[in-house]
Amino acid sequence: MITEKEFVKELANKHGRTRESLMPILQDIVSEKRSLSEDMMVDVARELDISAADVFGTATFYSFLDTKPRGKYVIRICKTISCSMKGKIEILHTLEDILKIKVGETTADRKFSLLETNCIGWCHKAPAMLINDTPYTELTTEKVTEIIQEYIKK
Amino acid sequence: MKRVDLIFEKVECREILSKALEMKPEEIVQAVLDSGLKGRGGAGFPTGLKWKFTAAEKEPVKYIICNADEGEPGTFKDRQILDEVPEKVFCGMALASKAIGSKEGYIYLRGEYNFLVPMLQEKLENFHALMKELGHEFFIHLRLGSGAYICGEESALFESIEGKRGEPRNKPPYPTSKGLFDKPTSINNVETLVYTVMILRYGANRFVEMGTKDSRGSKVFSVSGDTPRAGIYELELGMSVAEFVEGFGDGDTKAVQVGGAAGFCVPRKRFDDTIIGFEGVPTGGSMKLFNSSRSMYNVIHNYLDFFEEESCGQCTPCRVGCQQLLEGIEAVKRGEKTSKYLDELVKLAATMKIASKCGLGQSVGNAFSSIVENFKEEIIY
Repeated sequence: MITEKEFVKELANKHGRTRESLMPILQDIVSEKRSLSEDMMVDVARELDISAADVFGTATFYSFLDTKPRGKYVIRICKTISCSMKGKIEILHTLEDILKIKVGETTADRKFSLLETNCIGWCHKAPAMLINDTPYTELTTEKVTEIIQEYIKK
Repeated sequence: MKRVDLIFEKVECREILSKALEMKPEEIVQAVLDSGLKGRGGAGFPTGLKWKFTAAEKEPVKYIICNADEGEPGTFKDRQILDEVPEKVFCGMALASKAIGSKEGYIYLRGEYNFLVPMLQEKLENFHALMKELGHEFFIHLRLGSGAYICGEESALFESIEGKRGEPRNKPPYPTSKGLFDKPTSINNVETLVYTVMILRYGANRFVEMGTKDSRGSKVFSVSGDTPRAGIYELELGMSVAEFVEGFGDGDTKAVQVGGAAGFCVPRKRFDDTIIGFEGVPTGGSMKLFNSSRSMYNVIHNYLDFFEEESCGQCTPCRVGCQQLLEGIEAVKRGEKTSKYLDELVKLAATMKIASKCGLGQSVGNAFSSIVENFKEEIIY
């Protein structure tokens, strides 16, 4: 397995070392590791020859560029109006019951993080959520239970 | 209410492009100008003018950007367009590149739509091969957002592509003279770009024949909320809210939020005399219906919660204003403030409209004032 430093270097080789490469690099790290550690942000700063504060400032602006450790599967439930009208709260409670965590928390085995997010563009099929990049729509308590059971098996 | 089928109609992009690439840039701009097409992202700037201004710049490097950072609550049509007819979006960007004299384009796709990336990348490869075949030098980069609503604001989007915090810039200068990397840039919504393709395909007249003087053509609507027919519909512009509710309501509609959280709430008593379009209530497509079982307090609370989180925090009127509006209605609800306090909050929202740096802070007052003024008793009790 390659070290985090090597991983960052590879990403810089792939995307380039100009400031405009910063977002794609950070996005790739999150997609692989689910969040950005301070060490990795410092590594990115070194590769791009910009200040670590710049990297941190940029990363923390974007809600999907997590700087808190997250689980392998990040669940983001839409909390905006349509989903909230169509029973998002029951879905959230179901997930909290199954995973035994509250919003903002990660399971002890680091498999799941449960988060809320703003409109994800599935209002006509509300309530909806994302697990990492995959959208799940028209959720019911039964459906969301089935979905999570599948992920638990993975 | 008339259904239209232009956006999702399957067309031969190769044919349209090979013809259009033979045209002079001015002819393409003129066709779009003649159509009266206005931007479909919500702001409604005339597309032909945007292209004309960008074309007039003397800089050798210019950019065309497709704004696919569809984040307005209640809008989901751009996702569907990119999913079903991505070639038409690329084709629109190629037309724009010819019209304004650009060799490079960017699609800025919101991170919530990451699942579309593998498909889009594959289709982009085919598109680049087609460009080569047609001898038109034009390359499209695909860039992703990371969950920031504000990046749909054009100058915030440029900042984001440049690798920075998505904080809107001061205007002027406008993007047509100084946009991405400070170069002349035309930034257009996904749907707008597809309409330019159809205007070139069928001629400007086909578009002018539809809609009204201020709102030409048709538009893709994202319909959600209390409706038995939630979904995506392309409709001719110029209908009243009453006609819309007749087609989509559940028989008990008490209000329609037109244009998302940044838009206006139209109460039942105004359905008849309110036109959906630039002469009445404009919309980027978001149409949300509320029936009489809904608490409008919950609706505005949800919107303010949204804005408070999504405000970039750069300018004080928006950052503090959103917080104060939210705390204010909560205090009125709890009975800690009298109902008169709502008038103060409406004044604050009006101040935000004047004093905020960008469209986010400027439009918080739209939903706030239209809901508070029309449903005062629901906010108080």
